[in-house]
Amino acid sequence: MELIGLANYALFMGIFIGIYALLALGLNIQWGFAGLFNAGIAGFFAVGAYASAIVTGPAAEGRLGGFDMPFFVGWLMAMVAAALIAWPIGKICLRFRSDYLAIASIGVAEIIRLVVKSEPALTNGARGITSLPRPFGDLPYVQSQMAYLAIVAIVLLGAYSLVERQFNAPWGRMMRAIRDNELAARAMGKNIERRRLEAFIFGSALMGLGGALFAHFNRSITPEAIDPMVATFLVWIMLILGGSGNNRGAILGAAMVWIIWSMSEIATDQLPAEYAVKAKYIRLFLIGLMLQLVLRFRPEGLLPEPQRGKAVADSNRE
Amino acid sequence: MDMLELLNFYIIPGLVLGSIYALGAVGITLAFAILRYAHLAHGDLATLGAFIALAIVQASGMPPLAALPFAMIATAVVAVGIDKGFYEHLREKPKIITVMASLGIALMVRAVVQVVWGVDAESYVRGIVRPETYWGLRIKDREIWTVVFMIVLVAALQIFLARSKWGKAMRAMSDNPSLALLSGIDNRKVVVLTWIIAGGLCAAAGVFLGINTELKSMMGWQMLLPMFAAAILGGVGRVEGAVLGGLIVGVAEELSVLVLPSEYKAAMAFAILLFMLLVRPTGLLRGKVL
Repeated sequence: MELIGLANYALFMGIFIGIYALLALGLNIQWGFAGLFNAGIAGFFAVGAYASAIVTGPAAEGRLGGFDMPFFVGWLMAMVAAALIAWPIGKICLRFRSDYLAIASIGVAEIIRLVVKSEPALTNGARGITSLPRPFGDLPYVQSQMAYLAIVAIVLLGAYSLVERQFNAPWGRMMRAIRDNELAARAMGKNIERRRLEAFIFGSALMGLGGALFAHFNRSITPEAIDPMVATFLVWIMLILGGSGNNRGAILGAAMVWIIWSMSEIATDQLPAEYAVKAKYIRLFLIGLMLQLVLRFRPEGLLPEPQRGKAVADSNRE
Repeated sequence: MDMLELLNFYIIPGLVLGSIYALGAVGITLAFAILRYAHLAHGDLATLGAFIALAIVQASGMPPLAALPFAMIATAVVAVGIDKGFYEHLREKPKIITVMASLGIALMVRAVVQVVWGVDAESYVRGIVRPETYWGLRIKDREIWTVVFMIVLVAALQIFLARSKWGKAMRAMSDNPSLALLSGIDNRKVVVLTWIIAGGLCAAAGVFLGINTELKSMMGWQMLLPMFAAAILGGVGRVEGAVLGGLIVGVAEELSVLVLPSEYKAAMAFAILLFMLLVRPTGLLRGKVL
């Protein structure tokens, strides 16, 4: 009995790690490749979750929906919707230093939160959208969890190989050139605003996909399902700890941080109620402190960005 | 709707809210111009200042306005401490790393507030304050105090920046850091001074928000966007621009209720921010664009 419970918990955790790894990969495209600071990850996540929910969810009185599309159409729409939100923001903010994008993306997440709460015609307000289809959701509990984990793993693997391919392709090299020396890249005739916009949109689309996977896993999406600041910050610490600029690092960071985060939740839930609430905020404090420590003592992360051609460049210098 | 109604229900509350934004925006604009990064923990530092004032009010029974100077000093000390502990060693790295660190600090400061004071709404004084009527305008005492204090603080800051040696050093760092360093200005002292001023003003913004509304652990984070909108609207690095920007954002938020559902009041600051970045990124008073 214990063992089955443990296995179930591991499955559950695996699915969440997969979803967060997708978000971290998306952030890696933006921050790791292009140096773009997105502080509104939860916003793009929510857009993806609700877009997929609207497209695939059941019909309801007074609310947009009832298209009864299969889940993969919903996931595609989640990516499109997140990309469509990213486009105008990137268009306006990417001409400037990334500080401006950071502020604007906080604003985007805030506006999306307002829309989710106050537009029942789209999102059903506080009650959220429920009874979403879940692929292989008709199987018994354990099998269905395993099937979903497999789907998440396939999606993650697909995203990883595409992003890794792009990273090694001329496009990735160009992105790093722009990130590391904007002036030189501009002098080489690179269209910096356009390239940054591409990175911002691709990354946001992946975040939207992560949101859709989350919504269909829970078969529902409500405004309370995710704490915007905590989710955004967790993804950041995952990427920084794992190693920004390294896709494997992003996935490793997602696994490590999520395991630490949910294990500490189990530990603090054992406390009496009056301490349990405080313990939640102490955990937030510690996760913030963890970022400071990583930035100070290991800014390159556990798996640093691979420096292709560095050996060659060094030997040429000698 | 007649003129008096417009003034009473939209313009006056807007100016009061705007004065609060202005106090925070001045600190943001100084940090942005002198230290050259967007400080995302500014709102939560204001929350901390407001709650420190609450602790003083509860412990000593003095009115919140009397507790304000102590809260300002305490928050200034915290701001300098945060800079020493978490930002100083990042100074040689790209500035965006410090922006990220400040996002973490925002979370940490808020967590401290939530652990120490809990998450329930608090207020400095119980009871309802009735507005006085001046020639048909209904104004509460605390609203007058808010605007007067903002004007006094900003005027003092302006005199300091214009006249004193260290004020000039700060302006020099803002205009041209390399030249300022070459002419022998001590960078470290300027940074400390900037944090003292930004931290103090931050606490003032938090305390006045607490006096006019109530104290919540998220109050500062929700002020962050309007404060940045105000700083960019006025022009980064321009103190009088931040005040002008703050007042405009505050009034615009209150007036937005006339055309938008009131849930979207907070969206006004975001709209102003994007609009300024689109058409005039230097701001109304020709600040800098980083």
